[in-house]
Amino acid sequence: MSILINKDTKVIVQGFTGKEGSFHAEQCLAYGTKIVGGVTPNKGGQEHLGRPVFNTVAEAVKSTGATVSMIFVPPAFVGDAVMEAAEAGIDLAVIITEGAPVKDMQMAKAHATKHGMKTLGPNCPGIITAEECKIGIMPGSIFKKGNVGLISKSGTLTYEGTNQVCNEGFGITTAVGIGGDPIIGLSYNQLLPMFEADPETECIVMIGEIGGDLEIQAAKLIKEQITKPVVAFIAGQTAPKGKTMGHAGAIVSGSAGTAKEKMEALEAAGVTVVVSPAEIGKAVTKAMAKK
Amino acid sequence: MNVHEYQAKQIFAEYGVPTPKGIMVESVDAAVEAAKELGGPIWVVKAQIHAGGRGLGGGVKLAKTLDEVRELADEILGMTLVTHQTTAEGKLVQKLYIEDGADIKDEFYLSVVLDRKLEMPLIMASTEGGMNIEDVAENTPEKIITIAVDPAIGFQGFHGRELAFGLGITDKGEQKNIISFAQKLFKLYMEKDAEMIEINPLVRTGSGEFLALDGKMGFDNSALGRQPEILAMRDLTEEDEDEVEAAKYGLSYVALDGEIGCMVNGAGLAMGTMDTINYMGGTPANFLDVGGSANAETVAKGFEIILKNPKVKAIFVNIFGGIVRCDRIANGIIEATKLTDVNVPVIVRLDGTNAPEASEILNKANISNLIVASDLGDGAAKAVAAAKGN
Repeated sequence: MSILINKDTKVIVQGFTGKEGSFHAEQCLAYGTKIVGGVTPNKGGQEHLGRPVFNTVAEAVKSTGATVSMIFVPPAFVGDAVMEAAEAGIDLAVIITEGAPVKDMQMAKAHATKHGMKTLGPNCPGIITAEECKIGIMPGSIFKKGNVGLISKSGTLTYEGTNQVCNEGFGITTAVGIGGDPIIGLSYNQLLPMFEADPETECIVMIGEIGGDLEIQAAKLIKEQITKPVVAFIAGQTAPKGKTMGHAGAIVSGSAGTAKEKMEALEAAGVTVVVSPAEIGKAVTKAMAKK
Repeated sequence: MNVHEYQAKQIFAEYGVPTPKGIMVESVDAAVEAAKELGGPIWVVKAQIHAGGRGLGGGVKLAKTLDEVRELADEILGMTLVTHQTTAEGKLVQKLYIEDGADIKDEFYLSVVLDRKLEMPLIMASTEGGMNIEDVAENTPEKIITIAVDPAIGFQGFHGRELAFGLGITDKGEQKNIISFAQKLFKLYMEKDAEMIEINPLVRTGSGEFLALDGKMGFDNSALGRQPEILAMRDLTEEDEDEVEAAKYGLSYVALDGEIGCMVNGAGLAMGTMDTINYMGGTPANFLDVGGSANAETVAKGFEIILKNPKVKAIFVNIFGGIVRCDRIANGIIEATKLTDVNVPVIVRLDGTNAPEASEILNKANISNLIVASDLGDGAAKAVAAAKGN
């Protein structure tokens, strides 16, 4: 078992024939991901990486039965691409592109929600179910199969956390990069219950960052709903105070979004909070032993 | 990206959001000329820097004669203003805004920001204008009203009525004025890809008009590509020189106070590396994210920027390659040692994509002050020891 994706998941790539899209689609194929086609307007009918190219997502879905789309289109076109995927009946859009305008993501996410499509990202490394399906840009080789679920705002901390879990002799069920932009798709509070329900996941690693209050919300949910052990790290304890002109944003969320505040909330919810990412592996070992 | 008050007011004017008349100047003589042109009888001389709290810091003053305008302009121009939103060193005032004095009956607060939880813009308003809004939020939160506006439907009449009644504005003419003010402000927030607009104070005049007496605006950096007019307003003198230089090479750099220079890929791991150094008893000298397209040139540039800081006693390169390929970083390190005089120990930890190739490249290069680390904890410990001279 795993969450959201597995070896049978059919994936298309939006922005398939571009430089980034091509490079990473090829890596995903090599990992074993069932990429069944891709979309690049005006290249419909061609073949790329041995897979068919379509002009529209609707055509691609109709002819391949894909349920997940991996999005690599340039930042200015991300909103458009997400909305197209939503209307074409995609279940999950994994948005890798960095630098999508926030306004576009507000619109696109609202539209996706209306059409029942889940989104991940933007500006995230993607999602991987170890040794089955990789949809994203992470180095697949470090993800050994195992019983630890991982959720992270940061791409490279996803790799760091995974590497330590695997070096301790454990492995990963599914690792999910959620991104750290102001508007993101699936977050801790949607993913934690999925890991709780997944029979193979025995422990959850959660990696957060300063800013916003998603980790505070997660602490509340963990206290109420999550019975599996959770290990957390919040990056940015030593980060300087943000150089903003106004502080209206902090008032809206009702919290300053500091690492300290988040770490305390998680600790109060029974989470094992580590002060350095170098301690994630050992903390997981302890958590697994206690079970 | 942030803009100055005078620039925010230019944008307000473009959208018909009322502001007092004003002129931006960069010299004392020009300040007096501007005051003459505005006519008086009173003027406000305002320092233009990218930080709030200018009034309390002595950067905003009232003049009742042209001589006073000259005196105040001379005093404020060239001063270093320290406010609660600047660093302790403060900011040099290079521009002034000379503005007509307004007939102020009372003061309100109005802002538009993104509510990350609701995932839509939020209008915040309060009758407690002119005060520090953080204090209002803490002491009298009931005096702040919030109205979320779904961008799919835009600013509707009911949003406006909620705002007017919420602020206790009962005169029908005044209601019309505040609603029109907020509607225009919301329109510009959306059309210009603003991240936040804050008007404090928003004043009601004796004749029932509403005027933006101040204006702060920040924009979504990701949207600047389609906002050339906004991008043209960027004032590089308000930004850190090293940060701007680093950004040219795709590097994200922030200087800190410590002794260990850091070069890391990804903002999360960069912060995590700083946290680990701190945890092991060292102090990070900077945040530096080399980004996803790091190559030999960008890494060399990174070293150059880090080494400009004389406090740096060791450098910790911590790379977990996903998109970034470790062999490229290794070549960058070798290149850097050729281009720049790297006279401090360099601790290198390379993991992930092409890590074995990278360690081979580094071993072959045989650089004397290079120390290889096996993982994050090991690297941080070695960096802390090296900075202490061990």
